[in-house]
Amino acid sequence: MKQPNQPLIFEQSRPGRVAYSLPETNIPEQSLSDILPGANIREEEPALPEVSELQLMRHYTALSNRNYGVDSGFYPLGSCTMKYNPKINEETARMAGFAATHPYQPEAQVQGNLEMMYDLQQALAEITGMDEVTLQPAAGAQGEWTGLMLIRALHEANGETGRTEVIVPDSAHGTNPASATVAGFDHVTVRTDERGLVDLEHLKEVTGEKTAALMLTNPNTLGLFEEDIMEMADTIHQAGGRLYYDGANSNAIMGITRPGDMGFDVVHLNLHKTFTGPHGGGGPGSGPVGVKKELIPYLPGPVLTKENDTYYWDKDRPHSIGRVKPYYGNFGINVRAYTYIRTMGAEGLKKVSEYAVLNANYLMRRLEPYFDLPYGRHCKHEFVISGRRQKKLGVRTLDMAKRLLDYGYHPPTIYFPINVEECMMIEPTETEAKETLDAFADAMIGIAKEAEEDPEMVQEAPHTTVVGRLDETLAARKPVLTYNTETSLKSMK
Amino acid sequence: MDYRYLPVTGEDKEEMLKTIGVESVGELFEDVPENIRFSGEMNLPKALGETDLLKEMKRLSDRNTNVQDCVSYLGAGVYEHYIPTVVDHVLRRSEFYTAYTPYQPEISQGELQAIFEFQTMVSELTGMDIANSSMYDGPTALAEAALMAASENRGKRRTIVVSETVHPEALDVLKTYAVGPGLTVKIVPEKDGRTDLGKLEDMIDADTAGVIVQYPNFYGTIEDLAAVRQAADKENSLMIVSANPLALGVLTPPGHFGADIVAGDAQPLGIPIQFGGPHCGFFATTKKHIRKVPGRLVGQTEDEDGSRGYVLTLQAREQHIRRDKATSNICSNQALNALAASVAMTALGKKGLKETAERNVKSAHFFKQLLKQKGIQLVHESPSFNEFVINLGRPVAEVNEQLFKQGIIGGYDLGEVSADKNGQMLVCVTELRTREQLETFAKHLEVLVHETA
Repeated sequence: MKQPNQPLIFEQSRPGRVAYSLPETNIPEQSLSDILPGANIREEEPALPEVSELQLMRHYTALSNRNYGVDSGFYPLGSCTMKYNPKINEETARMAGFAATHPYQPEAQVQGNLEMMYDLQQALAEITGMDEVTLQPAAGAQGEWTGLMLIRALHEANGETGRTEVIVPDSAHGTNPASATVAGFDHVTVRTDERGLVDLEHLKEVTGEKTAALMLTNPNTLGLFEEDIMEMADTIHQAGGRLYYDGANSNAIMGITRPGDMGFDVVHLNLHKTFTGPHGGGGPGSGPVGVKKELIPYLPGPVLTKENDTYYWDKDRPHSIGRVKPYYGNFGINVRAYTYIRTMGAEGLKKVSEYAVLNANYLMRRLEPYFDLPYGRHCKHEFVISGRRQKKLGVRTLDMAKRLLDYGYHPPTIYFPINVEECMMIEPTETEAKETLDAFADAMIGIAKEAEEDPEMVQEAPHTTVVGRLDETLAARKPVLTYNTETSLKSMK
Repeated sequence: MDYRYLPVTGEDKEEMLKTIGVESVGELFEDVPENIRFSGEMNLPKALGETDLLKEMKRLSDRNTNVQDCVSYLGAGVYEHYIPTVVDHVLRRSEFYTAYTPYQPEISQGELQAIFEFQTMVSELTGMDIANSSMYDGPTALAEAALMAASENRGKRRTIVVSETVHPEALDVLKTYAVGPGLTVKIVPEKDGRTDLGKLEDMIDADTAGVIVQYPNFYGTIEDLAAVRQAADKENSLMIVSANPLALGVLTPPGHFGADIVAGDAQPLGIPIQFGGPHCGFFATTKKHIRKVPGRLVGQTEDEDGSRGYVLTLQAREQHIRRDKATSNICSNQALNALAASVAMTALGKKGLKETAERNVKSAHFFKQLLKQKGIQLVHESPSFNEFVINLGRPVAEVNEQLFKQGIIGGYDLGEVSADKNGQMLVCVTELRTREQLETFAKHLEVLVHETA
């Protein structure tokens, strides 16, 4: 139901209220002006809110009630792997030995952290079939850029500076071409064929002496396994390029096949997807990168090393691409991922992928009679359907997504991949029960019927959310990115 | 074995396979070529039940010395501060932490409003017009600031001039980011703990896209931002300031000196040190640059009834729309930590932020005076926030080893930055340190420094 706005925290502020208490330190009182030059002492105070602790808690509780997470309900957002975020992960990441260690403590004081990181690197290397892993990158996109910088360094070391192009399929995540640009490459698009797979002939056409790398997600963003992968790998390798694996979809393949065995030279994983680090409303993530032997010398520093039973940072890496991130990556997320891997083990992770694929295929077949299915073969962990049929009735995919909100679901990813018209990309994940999938399928089928019988109901959705459809054009045309605290003070008076 | 995260039963599975029209799950994978199928079981440590796993994780955690069991003087970019208890209680609301990026605004108003409030608080602190929803961390936010500066003027300027007093790891990250677009990074030397302003002026030329300084800088001292602005103005270069947001509770904000971009890490505001990450980069700038900003922005708008609401906006800058032409490749950011920082800023409020910042200045100053009385040499006389450099006259690692026996984690060894700083320790004193702790630390340092004389 529509609800009155939750006032901004600034609108609840009254001078004199506090929600903090500082420790007693017994430091003698001194005058600030005796310590700092006048020009450096702030005159105008920042307009931060002044509220009590209960007011604070009520405000953020009210905001959380205006939000939707995996714990709230089904969240089949394609390519985002919105699986359950285990609660034990939240406990282990907060253990004092992990949460209250400083990155500049001597190595001898943090052997537990280093042991955990080392074992996590080993586990990720095994899962991906790579020779070494760095935990430095902060998220998937940073992993992509790091991986491309490694490939760039390798080509340069080999004197192949003419390799300026990165090949990216038209169905790829937007980060792929964006990361290629940041790494200083031009990007070349390779087409998807009628099977929903990379067009092999086109790939051969665009591959050549300028090719630095091919970036590929497998299964791809249509949820289909690139079965020609070995031929693609040969094509790229014979031309002197390298293969980059975007690990966004690795939830489909654990224990079944490994990027390293498919011919990939570099891989990143999204620990906040496959390995249950929570998404946090947009982050933090963690995007470790795994490489084959020839790329190890270029790994970003510092590199974690083990000698006898002691762990230490190897900083003497003359060929390293340098630092990509301060300290040692998003350590707290890595603790969560490690906890998850230790919960599941090898057999459990394989089951994860099997059930992720089973759930996706089941949901796809339940929806098949009611929506256009552009690619009818078995999918992997996700699939795409098209709202073309409903569009003819005047109901767009956007409308159906908004109508799903009324049924209490988070909608699928929509209008991506860009090569499928009125696209909906659905990823149920393995942590959902069959009843949940059935209920969601019933809701989708119900909406398909509504599109025929009562299109306005769908076109005007959502009807039950705290706000209606928001005017995004207005937001972009006249951007208001901050609250005007001065006006608020005036209005209060 | 049964797995508590996997709900599909044997019976479910049979029904589902029937609906799909296959005999086994294996059939769903038959498009994976035989020769690349993984056979056998992955070599991973064995799965543990919940209780055993908690024990194992506690074993690892206990192998570390945590700063709460000692008295720590380490800072150097990562700071242990008072974190109000409410912060973690808000973070544990799973409607926040189990949500994705707020792509569906109607069911994400909570997250969107929280980020809008974060953007407002960062703008207030830094004295800038606008701020984004967060970046990975301080150093990558700073590197993105440099890339944004270079993208202005139709990308014609290719040099970034950066002070040596910027955090050394931020300098390293900047150098790595500069490789892709082919930017030249020129380093202005340090002089007495601050940027050598004479050299800075000499190094800025018509090719200088941006000038970067840190405030307070890596050595704890406060840079002369007015002079930096003047130097940058000569060639119309952008002024980029990396700032400690807590320090801005007491220091004149960079925006008042005319900074074009202020980036930094919000970690001092409510985010645990957690071995260096995840922390929370922030990025603030002026309205003029709004369409070049990297990362996500939340904007205010209205629904069809005119009710106020929030959406992700100006998305035409971003990778999922613009692909190779995006202003950055960033996708995931640090949203949950931005929430932590917002809650901490709300808990502290206007008064608490100022009081905390002043406490840092005063406690650090008190400790400086104490050390002077003990005859310990301060390397720089310049004013500082909560960090400063002392000269021990002997290897810092050796001193730290002795201190550790007394339950003290000493400061950062500047010999790690360059050999000519061997024997220099960067000491951090926050609002958490008591007079008694500082007096004990001073006494130990006096003995340890004296030993060599």
